Amino acid sequence: MRRPRMAIFALVGLLGSALLVLAATRPPAAGTVSGTVTYTGTPPKMKPIDMAKEPSCAKQHATPVMTENVVTGPNNALGWVVVYVSAGDQGSAAATTAVRYDQKGCQYVPHVAVMQTNQPLEIYNDDQTSHNIHPLAKDNAEWNKSQPPGAPPIHATYDKPEFIPVKCNVHPWMHGYFIVLSTSHYAVTGEDGAFTLKGLPPGKYTLTAWHERFGTQTQEVTVGDGATPPVKFVFKALPY
Amino acid sequence: MRPQTPWLAVVSGLGILLLSAGAQPLPAQEVHIGKLTGHAAAGQKDYGRYCVGCHGPDGDGTGENAMWIDPKPRDFTAATFKCRSTPTGTLPTDQDLFDAVTRGFVTTNMPPWLPLTDQTRADLVAYIQTFSPRWKTQGPGKPITIPAETPTNIESILRGRDQFQRLECWKCHGTAGHGDGPSASTLTDSKDNPIRPYNFAAGTPRFKCGETNQDIYRIFMTGVDGTPMPSFADQLQPNEAWDLVHFLRTLQPLKTPEAAIWTAWLPAHAKELKPLGETNAP
Repeated sequence: MRRPRMAIFALVGLLGSALLVLAATRPPAAGTVSGTVTYTGTPPKMKPIDMAKEPSCAKQHATPVMTENVVTGPNNALGWVVVYVSAGDQGSAAATTAVRYDQKGCQYVPHVAVMQTNQPLEIYNDDQTSHNIHPLAKDNAEWNKSQPPGAPPIHATYDKPEFIPVKCNVHPWMHGYFIVLSTSHYAVTGEDGAFTLKGLPPGKYTLTAWHERFGTQTQEVTVGDGATPPVKFVFKALPY
Repeated sequence: MRPQTPWLAVVSGLGILLLSAGAQPLPAQEVHIGKLTGHAAAGQKDYGRYCVGCHGPDGDGTGENAMWIDPKPRDFTAATFKCRSTPTGTLPTDQDLFDAVTRGFVTTNMPPWLPLTDQTRADLVAYIQTFSPRWKTQGPGKPITIPAETPTNIESILRGRDQFQRLECWKCHGTAGHGDGPSASTLTDSKDNPIRPYNFAAGTPRFKCGETNQDIYRIFMTGVDGTPMPSFADQLQPNEAWDLVHFLRTLQPLKTPEAAIWTAWLPAHAKELKPLGETNAP
């Protein structure tokens, strides 16, 4: 051969990429459903939040933070989508670990907090200003409590499944959600739009994907003994 | 002669049976307010005469008058009530509802329904409870304890002023209590309708939920559910709450003992006071 080195490189390259491809497409363990949530169309642009009325929060952000109603990522990924088993759940254990919800820099962290019915919820105020926590529940009780800086965390539980918008009346730009589900099989997408639901016994399930602006979609999925093909949710985005 | 009445009796009896089978069952809700017992079935008739125009036939606050008035009529299907003796997020007692319909809501279209008898108002309380299933699944919350009022003096008023600053009441109510704080213009109620915070300079001794010092105590220790006004029960000890009540009275242009003490003390000491309001300016 005229260029033996080139041939060796080519062979190594070929082997290497073959291994990588194999590794990337190794089928997930049985009982796991993975997938992605993406959008088509043009999503609305997120706007910067003016926190001038709350100087103690404004100075925590070097650049203004953006609203979080529609968070997108590369390849049309959609974030803050809650994917959960809405039918076919063969039983979920009660959750006893507390879900933590922070008011930090006059924002709710996380923007969407998912919990099971009767799971303890702990709400913290990490800011120098008072907030009031006002979850606008309809099926559950609607309450409204003040939480000054330095106050201990507020404990709450919800006993009915519901999608509850949360607001702070003092700081009108603060919007979040408490998602109360009866199932333990749920995931929230990040900016990569990816989700994984683990520990699903073989059976037929209905998955629901919820986004605060673009609505709800469902898909049937069957978990067998082998790998489950990835589930794709595609939402139609509108620019307003 | 054979009487014809038995045949007539049978036919009319059957007719009545058929008619009543198709009719709606009368609500069976009962409430107890002092010595009164209110019955929902009687309240249903009164509701149709006095309440349906604003609160609507389904009790959801969408009566035909509703679009013309602000604030909107109460939505009884949501079972969220402003004036309670019970903690935020819990149902009011029958007495709370009776007091609300008797007192009305000052500055709104809900009048004091004093022209109705006590019995009628009790019946109405029973009836409006049939609009939400929550009255059957939960009961009313446990009323909060309002301890005896602490003495009114300048020290209590000044401590109350510090609470007003610490709890950031001024963010909505304004540093002089005129309802013009930095957050006031963006406030919305739980149905996204714009709403204004209470203006202590309004000149009326009446708040939506009463007019005594005990009523003020109860308002901020149970919150005004359905509105931006939260409960401060977790943030105030009872004596601190009374201090705040005493300070709030000085914001009103009324002849109260608190106002007398305050106006006597202020001229000599005004310069000692730290201003209320924003301390975190950039």
